Amino acid sequence: MFWIRTFILGIKSLLIHPMRSSLTVLGIFIGVASVIWLVAIGEGISQQAQRQIEGLGAENIIIRSIKPPSEMTAGFRGAIPYGVTRDDFDTLVATIPTIKSALPIREIRRRISYGPRDPADGRLVGCTPDYREVTMLQVDEGRFIEPSDIANKKSHCVLAAELAASLFPYEDPIGKSVYLAEHKLFFLVVGVMKRRGPTAAIGGSLAAQDFSQDVYVPITTLEQLIGDFVIRRTGSTFETEKVELNQITLRIDGIKNVRSTAKLVRRTLGLRAEDEEEEDEAGPVRRGRNDVAVVVPEELLEQARVTRLMFMVLMGLIAAISLLVGGIGIMNIMLATVTERTKEIGVRRALGATRFHIIAQFLIETISLSVVGGLCGVIAGVFCPMVVRNLRMFVDHMWPDILAKMPAVIQDVTPIVVRDSIPVAFGISVAVGVLFGIYPAIRAAYMDPIEALRHE
Amino acid sequence: MNLSARINELTKIYELKGETVHALRGVTFDVPEGDYIAIMGPSGSGKSTLLNLLGCLDRPTAGSFYLGDTNVAQMNDYELSRIRATRLGFVFQSYNLIPQLSVVENIEVPLYYQGKVNSKSRRRCVELAAMVGLEDRLNHRPTQLSGGQQQRVAIARSLVNDPYFILADEATGNLDSVTTDEILQLFNRLNDEGRTIVMVTHEDEVAAHAKRIIRLRDGLIQTDERCSGFAPSS
Repeated sequence: MFWIRTFILGIKSLLIHPMRSSLTVLGIFIGVASVIWLVAIGEGISQQAQRQIEGLGAENIIIRSIKPPSEMTAGFRGAIPYGVTRDDFDTLVATIPTIKSALPIREIRRRISYGPRDPADGRLVGCTPDYREVTMLQVDEGRFIEPSDIANKKSHCVLAAELAASLFPYEDPIGKSVYLAEHKLFFLVVGVMKRRGPTAAIGGSLAAQDFSQDVYVPITTLEQLIGDFVIRRTGSTFETEKVELNQITLRIDGIKNVRSTAKLVRRTLGLRAEDEEEEDEAGPVRRGRNDVAVVVPEELLEQARVTRLMFMVLMGLIAAISLLVGGIGIMNIMLATVTERTKEIGVRRALGATRFHIIAQFLIETISLSVVGGLCGVIAGVFCPMVVRNLRMFVDHMWPDILAKMPAVIQDVTPIVVRDSIPVAFGISVAVGVLFGIYPAIRAAYMDPIEALRHE
Repeated sequence: MNLSARINELTKIYELKGETVHALRGVTFDVPEGDYIAIMGPSGSGKSTLLNLLGCLDRPTAGSFYLGDTNVAQMNDYELSRIRATRLGFVFQSYNLIPQLSVVENIEVPLYYQGKVNSKSRRRCVELAAMVGLEDRLNHRPTQLSGGQQQRVAIARSLVNDPYFILADEATGNLDSVTTDEILQLFNRLNDEGRTIVMVTHEDEVAAHAKRIIRLRDGLIQTDERCSGFAPSS
C-alpha cells in the first residue's frame, strides 16, 4: 500500500512540471534507444560480414597468386613467372592427406563476342566441375563444366547471367558459339548461371569478387589453347607474365583440421605462417616467396568475431556515454526539484515522514522517469530495423546519389535487434535512475526539518 | 489529572559560528490533558526553540521532555519521526498543505507515514473534513481553497492521529480578523471537546482565547498564569 501510494504521489509530483519531466525522460529514452540501435546495427554489420566469409566456405583454404611488386621484377627480361604452379598443386594434393578436394583456377581477362555485335569484357575462368559447388553458384540453364569436358579438353563454356544477357540480348545462348578474337578461338555455350551478387574481397585481390563477367571453361582446355603466358601492353612496352594458376581452393575434411592443414600448406608452399617462429628447421623452406597468399576463411571468421566484439564494445561505450548524460540530466532535475520542494520535505518530516520515506519518495520519482524513458527507448529500439529500412528508402528516393556513394555495408545493412540488449538496456536505465537519484534523495532526507520548514 | 506532556529543565544551546547561544536555559512546565496554552514572548526569547522541541523536530541539550510516559528528549531521528507521525499534530502559520494532494489526502498524510492508510482511515479523514466544515470540498486542491479553509484542513490533519496535543505555530498569522475569529472558535470548540492545544503567538487577542499563558524571556519562563478572563466564544 505504501509503495502504491508513494508511486501515485511520485507521478503526481512529476506531472506538476510535465515539460521538465518529459525532457528528462527524453534523455533516458535517447540513451536506451541508442544502446539497442547501436548494438542492432553492429550486429547487422557483423552478421553480414560473417555471411560473406561463410560464403567463402569455412572448410576451405584459398591459395591465391599475387603479382610481386614491380620493383622486384624490374630488369627481369622475358616473361615474369609467379604464383602457384601446377607442380605446387600436385605436391599439395599428393602430400597432405586432409585435403578432401582441390580446385585449381586460372583467370584471364579477355574480350568476348558473339556475331557482329560489339565484344564484351569477360573473365575467362579455367576451372573444374567442383568450382560451382565451392563458390555456391547455381546453373540457370543447360549445365556446368563436366568431368568429360576436362578429360577431353572440350571447347565448351558456361556464361554468367549478366554476360549472357549482354552477349545474347535476343537469342538463347545455349548451343551458340562465342568468339575470342585475341586467340581466334570459338567456345560452345553449354550453360548459363544464375545471377550472383559480388562477395567480399578474397586474399590478394582487394576488389570484391564479381561473378557477373565470368566465362567458365575447362581448365585443361584453357591450358592447352591459351597457355600460361599473359601479354599486357603498358604504354609502348609489352609485359609478359607466366602464371600457371591464379587460385587453388582446397576443401578440408572437417573444420577442426583447417588450421593445421593451413599451416602445412603454408610450409609446403614455402611461406611462413604469421605465428610461426623464424627458425631454420630442416625442410625445403623457400625463403622470400611473396607471390602466393594463403587465405583461411576460418581464420577470417575468427577475426570477424574479434572485430565484432570490438565493434560491440565501442558501440556499447558510446551508448553508455549517452546513458550517462541522461543520468546526469535526471540528477540535475532531481536536485532542482529537491531544492524547490524543500518546504514540502520539511512539512512531510514534521508530519512524521522518516528519512527512509523521503528517500523512497524521491527515488520513486527518478525511477519512474527512467523507467518511462527506458520503456520508450525499448519500443523505439525494437522498431530500429523498420526505421532504418524506411530511412534508406526515403534517402534513396530523395537523394539517390548520396546513397549510391555510400559503401556497400551502409547501403544494405539490416540492423538485427539483439534480444539480450533489450533487458540489458532497460536494466541499465533503471540502474541509472537509482544511481543518479540516490544523491538528491539522500540530500533531501538529511535536510534539517526545522531549516526545511523555514525555507520559502 | 493526566498529563499530556511534562517539560523539565529543558535546555538548548546552539553553536552559531563559534558563538554559543543559550536559547533555552531551563524551562519547566506541565501540559495537563485538555489544557489550552498560549506561549508568548518577544523574538529571541526562545519561543521558536521551545516550539521545535515540543514538536519533536529537535533534541534538547539537557533536560527531559515526557510525552505521555515516554521521554523523547534523547530519541534519534527515526524515533522522533515515528512520534511525530503517531502522537503530534502540527498547525502552521502558512498552512503547509501539500499542493499535489486533495483535501482528504492532505488530512491522511500522517496516517500514511504510520502505514495505516485503508478504507477505514479514509472514512475518518472524511469525518474530520466534515468536522471542520469542508465536507463539500473533499477533492479540492489546496490552491482552490481560501486561507481560512486551508487552515481548517491543516487543523483536521493535526487531529487525524489523535495527538497528545495540537501544536499551533502562529496559526492565525496569515488570516484576516474574521477568519482568525473562525479559526480561534474552532480551537475553542476542539478544546471544549477535550483536545489539548499548545499555541505559539505574539498577539494578545489570540492568546486571550487560551486558558493559560506562558511568557518567555531570554530562554526562561517569565510568567505562567491561568487566564482569569477566559475569552468566551462570541
